[in-house]
Formats: sequence, C-alpha cells, structure tokens
Amino acid sequence: MRVGLASFVHCKGEVATLDLVVGGARCGGCLAKIENGLRAMPDVNAARMNLSTARLHLEWVGKPDRADGFASKLEEMGFSAGPYLPDDSEDQDKAQTRRLLLAMAVAAFGLMNVMILSIAVWSGGDSMSSATRSMMHWLSAAIALPIAAYSGRPFFVSAWTALRAKTTNMDVPISLAIGLACGLSVWETWHGFEHTYFDAALMLIFLLLVGRVLDARLRARTGMAARQLAALQVRDARRERTDGTLETIPATQIRPGDRLLVASGERIPVDGIVARGESRIDAALVTGETDLQAVVPGDSLYSGTINRGAPMTMEARKASADSLLADITAMVEAGQQTQARYVRLADRAARAYVPIVHSLALLTLVGWLLVGGTPRTAMLNAIAVLIITCPCALGLAVPAVQVVAVGRLFTKGILVRSGDALERLATVRHIVFDKTGTLTAGRMTADVSAIPESDLKKIATLASHSSHPMAQALQSEDTGLAVDAVEEIDGMGLKGLVSGHRVMLGQARFVGLGYDAPGLWAKVDDKAPIHIPISDRLRPEANATLQALSRRNIALSILSGDAAPTVEEVATHLSITDWTARATPAEKLERISALQASEIPVLMVGDGLNDAPALAHATASAALASGTEIARTASDIVLKGETIEGLPFMIDIARAARRRVTENFAFAIGYNMLAVPLAVFGLVTPLVAAVAMSASSLLVTLNALRMRKVGAYDGPDHPGRTYKGENK
Amino acid sequence: MSSLLWLIPIALCLGTGALGLFVWALRSGQFDDPDGDSQRMLNDDDFPLT
Repeated sequence: MRVGLASFVHCKGEVATLDLVVGGARCGGCLAKIENGLRAMPDVNAARMNLSTARLHLEWVGKPDRADGFASKLEEMGFSAGPYLPDDSEDQDKAQTRRLLLAMAVAAFGLMNVMILSIAVWSGGDSMSSATRSMMHWLSAAIALPIAAYSGRPFFVSAWTALRAKTTNMDVPISLAIGLACGLSVWETWHGFEHTYFDAALMLIFLLLVGRVLDARLRARTGMAARQLAALQVRDARRERTDGTLETIPATQIRPGDRLLVASGERIPVDGIVARGESRIDAALVTGETDLQAVVPGDSLYSGTINRGAPMTMEARKASADSLLADITAMVEAGQQTQARYVRLADRAARAYVPIVHSLALLTLVGWLLVGGTPRTAMLNAIAVLIITCPCALGLAVPAVQVVAVGRLFTKGILVRSGDALERLATVRHIVFDKTGTLTAGRMTADVSAIPESDLKKIATLASHSSHPMAQALQSEDTGLAVDAVEEIDGMGLKGLVSGHRVMLGQARFVGLGYDAPGLWAKVDDKAPIHIPISDRLRPEANATLQALSRRNIALSILSGDAAPTVEEVATHLSITDWTARATPAEKLERISALQASEIPVLMVGDGLNDAPALAHATASAALASGTEIARTASDIVLKGETIEGLPFMIDIARAARRRVTENFAFAIGYNMLAVPLAVFGLVTPLVAAVAMSASSLLVTLNALRMRKVGAYDGPDHPGRTYKGENK
Repeated sequence: MSSLLWLIPIALCLGTGALGLFVWALRSGQFDDPDGDSQRMLNDDDFPLT
C-alpha cells in the first residue's frame, strides 16, 4: 500500500494532473507498456512518458485520490513510481541544453551567411572594387557581431568564471581569440583594409558549440540517482498513540521511541527494532542478498527494507533524516560530487597550452615592432597567432571520440552515462566486484544429485506451489502429478499431498529433524529427510571475463555483504586472493576510498543498493541492468543483458578512446608547429585561417571515427533492446 | 553588382526562415526527449484501421 501521492496532484476544475518519476523504463517497449497501460484506465485523458528524464505526466478527470491507484498499476507492470519533486537542477540542465542548441543554430546561420560574403571577397581578389569589398565587410560585421556576442556567451561566461577563480580553462584562449578576431576585423573594416576574420570567429564558435552540444547530450542523464533514492523513502507512517489507537503522520515527524505499525509489504520508515510480532524482512537494500530474514522482537530493522511477512509493530530508534536510507542518499550525492571534481583531459591540456600560446602571441607583437613593422602588421600577426592556435579542433575532438565510443558500447549493450566516465574508466587499474548478482547470477540453484528420481518429481511439484526463492530453485517443467492439500507455513516450509504421498519441504526442524541445519530439507512419506544444498550459481562467463581482465593488467578483488564461507568459495573458484566478506555499505565505501587514497583508480562493479555509495565514489562504476535501480543510477555504466562479459571490451574501448584523444592532442601540437611559424611571419591570411581551421576539425573528427574498428568483441551480441513486453 | 542587392537579402531571408523553424521546433519541445521519440515511432498503435 502506498499513501500520500494524492498531495502531489494538481487540480484544475475537473482535471487532475500528476508528474511521477518512473524507475525501470529504458526502452520503447517499456514506454508503450506504460502509456498504453495507463491510458486504458477509465477517465485518463493523457499519459506521456519522457524516456530521457524518466518522468511520466498523467492527466485524468476525477479526484486526486486516484493517484495511488496509478502508482500501484505501474508497480503491477514492473516499474517503480515516486512523486516528481520539482528540482531546480534538472530544469537548469534542460534550459542549458536548449540554450546550447539555440546558440549553435544561430552560429550556423551566421557562419553560412558570412561565409557567402567572405568567399565572394576571396574569389573577387583584386577585381573587386574597394567600395564593394567594404560593403561586404560591413554586412559581415552586421551579421557576425551580434551573433558572436550571443552564441559565444557560453565560452565568455565560463572563461570569466575561471579567471575570477584565478585559474584558466579551455574557454580562456577561445574567448580571447573570438574577441580579438572580432575587434581586429571591426578595426580593419572601419579603415577599409582587407583582412577581416568574421568568418573565422563564427566558425570557431560553431565548431566548438557542436562539441558542447554532443557533450551536453552525454551528460543529460546524470544526477538522477539521488532523486530516485528519495522516491524510496517512506512518506507516511502509522504511529501508535498511548491509548493504542493509530494516527497517520509524515515520516519526517517520527521521533526515536515512537511505536509504528508496519503492514505486510510496506517499507520500514526509519531505523529501529521490532517491538511486537514476528515477520520476515526483505533486506536486499542493506545486504544485497535475496534471502528473507526472520525477525523477532528486539531485532534491528533498517529503513528502506520491506516487511514481507506478517504485520508487526516497531520502535523507532532514529529519526528519518538519520536513518540508513538517508545516509546512503547522502553518500551517493557526496560521491557524485567527488567524480565531478575530476579534471578532464581537455582542461588539463588547456592549462599547459594557454601560457605557451599567449606568450607566443605577445612575442610576435613585440618581435614585429622591434624589426620595424607597423603597429597594424604587428597586431595583425599577433592576432593571427591567437586565431590559428585556438584549440578549436580539440574542443570538437574530445566529444567526438566520446560519442563514437559510447555508440560502440551501446550496440554491445553497455550504456555509458557521461563522456568523462570513459576518461575515468581508461585509467582504471583495479576492479572491485560485488558477489551476489554480479559474479553470481543472484538466483538460487539446488543440488539435487542426492535425491532419487521419483522423489525429486514429487518434491519439484510441491515446490512449484511456493514463490519462495529457495523453492523456485527446485521447480521444473510440469510433472503432471496431482497435488492436493498444499499448506505453506510462514517461515518454516511447505507441505502437501502429491499423487497420494505426503511431501514436506522446508527448514530442518520443519521436516522433523530435532536441530537447525542450513539448506533446504525434504521428506517424502516416512522416509528419512533429504538434504538439498542450495547455492547461488556463479555466472558461466565469470571465469573467462576475469581472466581477460587480468591479462589487461588489472587487479581484482571481491567485496561482499555475504558470509565468509560463501565468499571464499567463489573467490577460490575464480582465483581471486583479495576478498572481504560481511561488508556493510559504509565498509565497501571505505575500501574504495582506501584504494583511491593510494592513487589506484578503481572500477566498482555491483548491482545492489548496498553497493550504491561505493559505486558513486569509485573512480568509475558499472552496475548490472538486472540489479537495483539505485545501483544503476549511481553508476556511470550500465551492463545490459544479464552478463559481465562486456567488461574487457568496455576497458578496451575506454583505453582506445583515451589513445584517440591523446593522438588528437598530438595532432594539434603538430598542426600548431606548422601553422604558428606561418602566423608569426605574417603569412596567414583570413583565407588560410578558414581552411586550416576546418581542415584540422575534419581531421580530428575522422580520427575519432577510427574508434569504430577497435577491439574485436568475441562474446554474443546484445541487441540492447527489444520492442515488445520488455520491462528491464 | 546590382544582383547583390537582392541576392544577399534573399540569402538572409532563407537563413532566417530556417533558423525560425529550428527555434519553433526547439520551443515546442521537439528536442526534449530524444531517447523516447526515437523509440516511440517504432511502437504500433494497435488501433484498427477501419
């Protein structure tokens, strides 16, 4: 049961609207399922899902209290839903992308029109009268100046911010080159001279904006993790008054010591202990393990875990803001800020680049004045140096490489959230794996070799009547046996009559043993109870994948919330010597930070909510699509198709992308070594500048496209999406 | 040379028109959900044609 969505509904007369954050929708199939499923409900006017922002807009005729019904319908279809809380940062992102697109379009308009005029001037040469040329220049100025002022703003603002913080970034030389090119051109036009750089300035802006737009597209999906975590937090709780009656209060008002009723299927609102009643808890949030935990009065409970058994009363020990879920949310947010502090390769290059280029320009100016050039020639040549060395190709090259790399990974079912995630991934020298659901399939399998064939059939038939993960491990195809009088005793086991035989399946005590023993036990009629070992199966590709990673000089370790013997078994099997068992989310995080503190870039691969803080803090992180939504949103990379075999390929692509970027830097240096002497000695005309700039941009883009051939991928191809009925 | 007097305005008008169309597309939300729109067109409406 979910309460409280009604308060997020906006009403306008008869029509009610609601915005929801929907988790789990990732493809066209999901989109169709959600929209059609909701539109089929009575009185629903509109249901529109935005796949890029994971938001669903609903509009219906009637009362706001239908809101909870829509959320349950979504959950029925396999998606999670929470209210969309208006968030400034998201709106800012959207506005920012729009501004960039518009600036790019305006720059393209200006560039094309100014280029028409410039080409006329260049091809007209000496046969064009100076009056006509002057008219062309004035027209160019009229188009270029307002457009440069408008479209160049992203660079000017960023450069100004950097300068005020007493540092430089790539936008400083860019802004300077744009500003000086425009200034010089106006001066030349005013005096009727021939050298104007309006086209060069606009081309610079346009090419750089293409790079910025590509980059903004790649980043569009970050920052959603914390929002979706907030959707998991319980909003209302039922508190027991001293006289035993119940009152509904907002979760934020829960005080330590309050007694709260938690119904079956509800999330625990705050950390606390069981006060009354016995139940089973789905603690996948904390441990990442699929088994339900039995709890009795006095046992501790964590916020965000789910009561899967009988209703019970709990006593709050912490307030909502100090509870586990709030802690994890804070850790994820903090981690994302750490990652945001990563200095991109391009910016690092700019820090070395700027001082050199600017001193060169200054030297050119002084040099020309010293050898007796006119101030105009000296100025012209100094500015030509600045224009020709403007890191235009680099601004385009880095995002172009990243877009191609991300596209390559996408076709193999690997989704990358941001361009700098690829840069970070390329540096990785250590991979930390979670166990359950990552190295293992996260599904129970039963070892049935000890059971006689005829008994196994009966046991499997009975098992198919339970939804318990352990029983599901035993289920087989339809055995055709008649079943009668099935009874499931909560937390104990299952019994029934299978073609006349009494079959029991469950805990050791349940089948009549006088002691507790691990695993599942079965008993047919009066025979001796049979032990059925249950384990979580290792992924078939795990061994080969890990070996492939070792060959790439990457250290491997396991960090699991599971018990030591299980972890040790998996580690031995995979020949991993470095493993940790019983790690809490905070301990996982500590381990990652410790590695990073010793300057080792770490890739964390996980799937559970308990991995989320570690995922958010690691240098780079990958989550399995089959894992929890939170792990996916806290990660840079999502692996689709229930397999980790794409990891070596992913590392190859990331490293190749870094090589391409480095090559492009090298190319830029080579280009400058050729072009700078030309500019210094006054041989660069506006025509040469335009040709050099577009040629170098083309070259780095082509180099980026070479990424398409990297790394033969020998695993099966993941189509990455299916159109119908997929809800992953 | 007099041809320039009407060729340049025509070029500017065409360019402005294209820019105007782009601005309209941007304002009306055509670029808000690139992921969803690329998928949505592949979904059948399942409405009978007759």
